[in-house]
Amino acid sequence: MYDFDVEKPGTIAEAATAMGVEDAQALGGGQTLIPTLKQRLASPSKLVSLSSVAEMQGITKEGDTLRIGGATTHAAVAADGSYPALSALASNIGDPAVRNRGTIAGSLANNDPAACYPAAALASGATIITNTREIAADDYFQGMFDTALDEGEIITAVKFPIPQAANYQKFVQPASRFALVGVFVAKLADGVRVAVTGASNEGVFRWTEAEGALSTDFSASALDGLSVSPDNMITDLHGSATYRAHLVKVMTGRAVTAAS
Amino acid sequence: MTKVTMTVNGKAVSGDVEGRTLLSSFLREDQGLTGTHIGCDTSQCGACVVHVDGQAVKSCTMLAAEADGATVDTIEGQANADGSLNVIQQAFQDHHGLQCGFCTPGMVMSAAALLKENPKPSEAEVREYLEGNICRCTGYHNIVKAIMAASGQDVPALAAE
Repeated sequence: MYDFDVEKPGTIAEAATAMGVEDAQALGGGQTLIPTLKQRLASPSKLVSLSSVAEMQGITKEGDTLRIGGATTHAAVAADGSYPALSALASNIGDPAVRNRGTIAGSLANNDPAACYPAAALASGATIITNTREIAADDYFQGMFDTALDEGEIITAVKFPIPQAANYQKFVQPASRFALVGVFVAKLADGVRVAVTGASNEGVFRWTEAEGALSTDFSASALDGLSVSPDNMITDLHGSATYRAHLVKVMTGRAVTAAS
Repeated sequence: MTKVTMTVNGKAVSGDVEGRTLLSSFLREDQGLTGTHIGCDTSQCGACVVHVDGQAVKSCTMLAAEADGATVDTIEGQANADGSLNVIQQAFQDHHGLQCGFCTPGMVMSAAALLKENPKPSEAEVREYLEGNICRCTGYHNIVKAIMAASGQDVPALAAE
């Protein structure tokens, strides 16, 4: 790693100030960032560790909305259970030691094209809360590793509407434990949303055709006539674009069946 | 350089570290606690698992500066007060839960975290919890048996044998 300074602010305001330095980088749990730094793929001047910011910790349920502090670990979300499909998703990220460090804001800020949380946020219609504004999930994800965040902006919390029914199905790529394909299905009061991770070169995306069919008939058979185009799907040594496109439909069906 | 202070295996320690110093490096190089092994250095293998404030973490993927003020427990602090092996370590010896021994410190620390959270895990739960600990001798069966024994349960005849 190239060397850098480490700052541990105690409040969001202090963190925002610390992020004001050129090439400062926010540090969540570091489970992606530290390996990236070891490969010298990034050279921040300063890491602003967010794990000591008390305002960014914890989970609160307000009616049908779950608010999760940005510095909340995967293990804490897994243990919470107020939004069962989300807790189940968190319980399957990485391995136990990774889940004890990795955070929800870290995952969403990185927007890895095969990460699990982006699918949950997009399918649930979550709101990403930063130190300056609120961003709807539909506007937040802008492609592989790309988000609506501005330079120095910090995700302080995420607000999830708790759906009537939801499920996440992850086809695990066993070496990385990321999703080869993951599909999150959420049945909300105003319709069904389906978000797919791991499959596309554009990162997480909504499968709107399936959403239409499932909003009329929330059963796996509603997907029978549909197919997913392999255009712009990821091809790598773990699976071809055609294989991933096929998996999207299979995993969506499984998620619907499990959520029903 | 920044000064960090932490409690390691019950003892207050401090040292000067660079921003980029990993907790694993601090433990091994500054504190001489070389029981924590660095296998892959990419947070895959789990040989470096230690407990930070009671939770299992991969010490190669945490900065020493982040552990400032924390309580850290390593394999060196696992033995009983009289120096005898603790129940997990003894079970690893009894069930031949190690071959080359490189992964063992991480396995023992992960097992300790598992049994604290889930004192009577099923065989499947043990295997699932060890997902982030790799044994390149592929000695998993005996590791699983050791952890089952350490939890006070019958050691299963494993289906794959």
